[in-house]
Amino acid sequence: MAIDPTRVPRFGHGSRVPGWDDAADLTKDPEGIPDPATTPVPEELRAAIEEYMARYPDRRSAAIPALHAVQARYGWCSPQGIEEAACVMRLTPAYLTAVATFYDMLFTQPVGRHDIFVCTNISCSLNGADELFAAFQEHGGDDLEFNIRAFECLGACDIAPMASFDGAYVGPIRPDEVPAVLEAVRRGEEPLPDRQLKRLKSADPQAAE
Amino acid sequence: MTAPLLLFDRIDEPGLDTLDVYSRRGGYEALRKALAMTPAEVLHELEASGIRGRGGAGFAMGKKISFLPKGAMDKYLVCNADESEPGTFKDRELMQKSPHMLIEGMIIAAYAGGITRAFIYIRGEYELQAEKLEAAVEEAKAAGYLGERILGSDLSLTLWVHRGAGAYICGEETALLDSLEGKRGNPRLKPPFPANQGLYQGPTLINNVETLATAPHIIRMGGEEYAKLGVPGSTGTKLVSVSGHVQRPGNYEIELGIPSREIIYGLAGGPAEGRKVKLWFPGGSSAPVLTGDDLDVAYDFDTLAKAGSMLGSGAIIVIDDSTSVVDVALKTAKFYRHESCGKCTPCREGTNWTVKMLERIDSGEATPMDLDIMAAVQENIIGNCLCVLGDAMAMPIGSMIAKFREEFEAHIEAARARNELATTETAPPEAIIQGAVA
Repeated sequence: MAIDPTRVPRFGHGSRVPGWDDAADLTKDPEGIPDPATTPVPEELRAAIEEYMARYPDRRSAAIPALHAVQARYGWCSPQGIEEAACVMRLTPAYLTAVATFYDMLFTQPVGRHDIFVCTNISCSLNGADELFAAFQEHGGDDLEFNIRAFECLGACDIAPMASFDGAYVGPIRPDEVPAVLEAVRRGEEPLPDRQLKRLKSADPQAAE
Repeated sequence: MTAPLLLFDRIDEPGLDTLDVYSRRGGYEALRKALAMTPAEVLHELEASGIRGRGGAGFAMGKKISFLPKGAMDKYLVCNADESEPGTFKDRELMQKSPHMLIEGMIIAAYAGGITRAFIYIRGEYELQAEKLEAAVEEAKAAGYLGERILGSDLSLTLWVHRGAGAYICGEETALLDSLEGKRGNPRLKPPFPANQGLYQGPTLINNVETLATAPHIIRMGGEEYAKLGVPGSTGTKLVSVSGHVQRPGNYEIELGIPSREIIYGLAGGPAEGRKVKLWFPGGSSAPVLTGDDLDVAYDFDTLAKAGSMLGSGAIIVIDDSTSVVDVALKTAKFYRHESCGKCTPCREGTNWTVKMLERIDSGEATPMDLDIMAAVQENIIGNCLCVLGDAMAMPIGSMIAKFREEFEAHIEAARARNELATTETAPPEAIIQGAVA
C-alpha cells in the first residue's frame, strides 16, 4: 500500500512535535520556588492570586485562576508571569507550566490580542463551520491582532456555526460576514449585535408564555 | 406536549437572573421548606423523586447522596458545570438565565448530605454564565442564603465559582476533581469513588447543573409528586438540546418517555424540506448513533439503553441524508483524539489510530479489511481505561461501522478509484516505514 510521504507532516528528526528532543542543560540546578526577595510581583496580580488562594482549603487549587490572571495581565502565560504566580503561590514554575500546557485556553506562546475561537465540532460543522473557520483564517490569519483558533464544541450548537470573540458567543455567522466581523472586533465593538448569545431567546415555545 | 415546565418556566423573564425577580417568583421558598425538615427527610424526598443524574451517566441522585459517609467531617459538593459534551448546551441557558435556581438546589443538596463547602466548576469558555453565577452567588451571600447558619438553621455553606480553562476531560468527575485541586485534568482510578475520597481526599458529591437545579422543584412538589412525571425508571422532565440538521435548534424541556420523533420533528422542526434523518446521536456525541428507523423510540433512559444507545446528557444531534457518515465519524474521532488526556494507552493510541484509519478511508488508501481492524480497535478501548473518554469515541464509531458498513465500503471503493497510488499497491520505501523521512 502506498503512502504519500508529503502528506505526513514530520520534522527532520522524525517527530511531529517540535522541540521534543531539545537538549536539557544538565549543568543547571532544577528551578526551585522563586525567591520573593528577588522576584518582584505586580501588586494587583499578587492581590488577585492571594484572594483566589484564600477560597480553597489547598492553595494549589488557585492554579488555574492564577494563570487566568497572569494571562489577563500579560496576554499569555509568559515565563515571567508564571514565575510571578509561582512566587506568590509558593510553587515551582515547572508545576504551573505543566498545568498551563494542559488546557486549551491557556497559552504558553504569545498570541494575538483578541481571542477568536471558532467552533468546528459536529453540530457546527454540519452547518458550515469548516468554511467559516477557513474564512476567518483567510481574512485574519496573518493579522497579529487576532488569536484565531478552531475550537472543540463551545456549547452553543443552537446558534451554529458560531464563534466566541473575547469570550462573547456570536452566531450564526456566514463566511461572507467575516471581514465585517473582524473589523468590528478590531475596533473593540460587538460584532453582529443582534446575534449575540446573551440576547438569544429560548427556543422552547412554552418557555416564553 | 403538555409537560409542565419546571426548569424552563418563563425562563426568558427579564431579570430572572437577579435575586429580586427570582424571589418574587417564589425562589428560595423550597430552601425554607427544606430547612424546616430534617436532612434525612430531604434526602428521602430526593430519593422518592427517582431523579437520575442529568449529566450523562444517569445515576440516581438520592442514592449518590446516601453514599456519603455520615458524621462530622469536611464534605464537599461540586457542581459539574463543565458542559463540554458535543451537542450539549442546556446548562449554559439554565445558568445564564436562572443562576439562583442552581444555587438554591446546591444548598438543598448540601443540607441533605451534611456538606459545608461547595464549588461550581464551570468551563472556562462560559464567561457570561460564570459572571452571572458569580453575581448571583454574591447576592445570595448578602441575603444570608450562603454563609454561616443559613436562615437561622444549623447549615453553614461556602460556595465558590471555579472557572476551568478548556478541557473536555474535566467534565469527567475525577478529572474535574484533579483540575479543581489545581492539577492537570487527569482522571483517577475508581474505586475509591468520590463519595468516599474525592476533592482533597474528602467525601464529595458531584452532580450536574440540571440535576441540582431540579432539587428545589422536587422539594416544592414533593418527591412522590415529581415521580409521577415521566415514566417509571425515568421520572421527571429533562432539558434536551437539539442541534445539527434541524430547523429550530435549541433547548426544550420535555417529559421523559415521549417519542423521539416528537422532539426531533415536533419541537425542533426536523431536517430541511426534502431531507430525511439519516442518523442521530440521542445523548451527545459519545452515544452510539441511531438511524432514521429508530425515530419512534421513547426518549427515556431505559428505552434508549435497550435500543443500544443512551440518553447521556440529553443532546440530540441530527444528521440528514446529505452528509456522509465517514465525515461524521472522522469529525467525532478527531474530537476525542484532541481531548484524550493521554494517561491511558488504549484511549491515547486508539483515538489516534482511529483518526488515521478514517483519514486513509477518505484518501483512498484503505481496504475493507481496515474496517474490521477499526472495529476491533474500538472493542479494545471499551472498558480498558480509567475513564470513559475512550469508550465515548469507541461506542459511536463502532455503531457507525456496524450500521453503515455498506456506506463505508462504498466510500473506500470510490476513494480508491480516485487514488492512482492506491491501485498500484507498491510497497513503501523502508525509510518511510520506520518514520525516518528527512
